[in-house]
Amino acid sequence: MQIIQILVVGTHKPIMETIARLIDRDKIWQATIALSFADAIDICLQKNFSVVLIGAGIEEGQELQLKEHLAKSKPNIPIVKHYGGGSGLLFAEIHQALSKFH
Amino acid sequence: MAQTVIHKANTRGVADHGWLKSYQSFSFAGYYNPERINFGALRVLNDDIVTGGMGFGEHPHDNMEIISIPLEGELQHKDSMGNEATIKAGEIQVMSAGTGIYHSEYNADATKPAKFLQIWLFPNKRNVTPRYDQIVLNHADKQNEFVQVLSPSKDDAGVWIYQDAWFNLANFTANNTKTYSFHKEGNGLYVFVLKGKVEVNGDVLDTRDGMGIWDTNSVEIKAVADAEFLLMEVPMEF
Repeated sequence: MQIIQILVVGTHKPIMETIARLIDRDKIWQATIALSFADAIDICLQKNFSVVLIGAGIEEGQELQLKEHLAKSKPNIPIVKHYGGGSGLLFAEIHQALSKFH
Repeated sequence: MAQTVIHKANTRGVADHGWLKSYQSFSFAGYYNPERINFGALRVLNDDIVTGGMGFGEHPHDNMEIISIPLEGELQHKDSMGNEATIKAGEIQVMSAGTGIYHSEYNADATKPAKFLQIWLFPNKRNVTPRYDQIVLNHADKQNEFVQVLSPSKDDAGVWIYQDAWFNLANFTANNTKTYSFHKEGNGLYVFVLKGKVEVNGDVLDTRDGMGIWDTNSVEIKAVADAEFLLMEVPMEF
């Protein structure tokens, strides 16, 4: 069983932890949290991800930098905005990202 | 030429958690239908029934404009901004979740169910400071009119949100016809029938049916029988 690694980037720690907990409920999804743009870059250097979700607190400029950075080193990773901060939209966002890019 | 999509009431997603029955016009939580993700900036339209005394415990939101319209009963709201309020039928509540909030929402009555619409729109600006508002609507006695309950402007009628969207509630008597004109080019209109039967550009909608219309400047709406409905004008590109 292949585990799908999902990076969740956002500055609101309790919300990021909630999102990670929701993702981890799925047997084949595993979440990693990055609480800043710098953390996200570091973590991406150490680990491969199938999807990157950009949550609240990451500014537009940083999001673009992250996209540019990943496009150079790992061009096939979908980077999608996460909206809502909970379970409402999360699963559709991940399913859509996985179906579009893989 | 106008383009349309119809979502019949019985094709919506259904989640039954015992204390909550939720009819979902678009993919939400465990309901995933790639053909039903959104209508422009309108991402969530949940038609919820909450059992007496029960409700949604504390949970987070971010970067979403969240509008609640109670249809029956009362809901008790409490959030991390310090707001504590009860909202009831005839009122509307809005939250801009922005950088992040926590809130809970319970049926204020121990025995009677509370029914409400939970509507989420993508914001036109991410990471705003969270905000909360609720107002009393004076639409019930206004028949055969479109009564604006939401807009993008603080100075306009109804509540306001971070999106170029306008909502109207309407209570039409049978055979009344009125034309809705869009506020902004590129916007679409989602019609949701709360009660009764309406004809929209020639298509007949029954209770809890929804219809989206775009690529047009106006929409003719006729009450086939006495009807109550919600009109949501939203950007199709955002």
